[in-house]
Amino acid sequence: MARFVKTGGKTVKAISTASLPDIVFIVLFFFMAITTMRETDVMVTVRLPETTEGKVLEKKSLASFIFIGEPLDNFRALYGAEPKIQLNDTYKEIADIQDFIAQEREQLNEADKTKMLVVLKIDKDARMGIVTDVKQALRRASALKIMYASMNVDRIVYGK
Amino acid sequence: MNFRPGGVKSFQMARKRRSVPEINAGSMADIAFLLLIFFLAVTTLDTDTGLMRQLPAIPDPNVPQDVNKINDRNILEVKVNKDNMLLVEGQLTDFNRLREIAHNFILNPNDSPNMPEKRVINIPYFGNVAVTKAVISLQNDIGTKYGVYIAVQNELIAARAKLRDDLSRQEFGMPYEKLDEDRRGAVDDFFEVPISEAEPKRIGE
Repeated sequence: MARFVKTGGKTVKAISTASLPDIVFIVLFFFMAITTMRETDVMVTVRLPETTEGKVLEKKSLASFIFIGEPLDNFRALYGAEPKIQLNDTYKEIADIQDFIAQEREQLNEADKTKMLVVLKIDKDARMGIVTDVKQALRRASALKIMYASMNVDRIVYGK
Repeated sequence: MNFRPGGVKSFQMARKRRSVPEINAGSMADIAFLLLIFFLAVTTLDTDTGLMRQLPAIPDPNVPQDVNKINDRNILEVKVNKDNMLLVEGQLTDFNRLREIAHNFILNPNDSPNMPEKRVINIPYFGNVAVTKAVISLQNDIGTKYGVYIAVQNELIAARAKLRDDLSRQEFGMPYEKLDEDRRGAVDDFFEVPISEAEPKRIGE
């Protein structure tokens, strides 16, 4: 019987937190390694279309982004609700694309200039009119490698 | 001349006893957490995926255009009109059938005369083979929804990818994705099937 009686005076030792920083640092380095810096704030709503054949963009450093979609709610008052083109951090027009491409190409080193890729992030409800205009502008700027950004899914079911 | 008796001794003793005090590392975790949260806030995790395409160069007006028109039987005309309806060779078609239609068109299994011709070329790994001359032409109106246009492109690319994958499995015993560059090039040559995005027309505004 006596052996079940707790003998007083024993206290639980405090758990050492000395290794906590190490754990947090490991998590930190993990995140630093697998993420990339957010470069631009997207100011348009872009709901990407769904595809099954999408390929992963491998070299992000070679890519320039063009966003097309309706302006976000807080820009509506100023810019309206029609789909707009966003280059870097501002709304731009078709005519600005050529300069934008020249600028982006300038930032790449000589060997990579031919490998430049333009990623088009376009809202699925945008009309082809604006998309075609952008495509023509890209052809004029001879940025011919493009990628239609999309969301990869396993299967698409089409309605009637 | 010792003004401080025992001074030397006490100095030596102090030196002996001095030890580096332990730095309190309790706040290290906080600092690391701050950094972690900062990185979580400014970085993105998502990887970009999408359909890779090559746009045609703007034709040079000084260079005479290639007048060799592609034979009509070699072209699959796919069009999405302003009401987002799919027309294949001018006929209203269901989206779910497009992949199969493109598949049959490229293969032309029965060598029917209104489907693409074949030409014999020499491809590494395959030797002299008859490959299809099929071309898919994708047209759209200005009012077409981008999402629908991409869906059609996706179906066409999927049909071509399926044929390439089948060929790769049959010939090399492994999926297309796992082929090395040379073999992949050979398979690409076998089913070249360009998908051309037509010159824009200003209709349907």
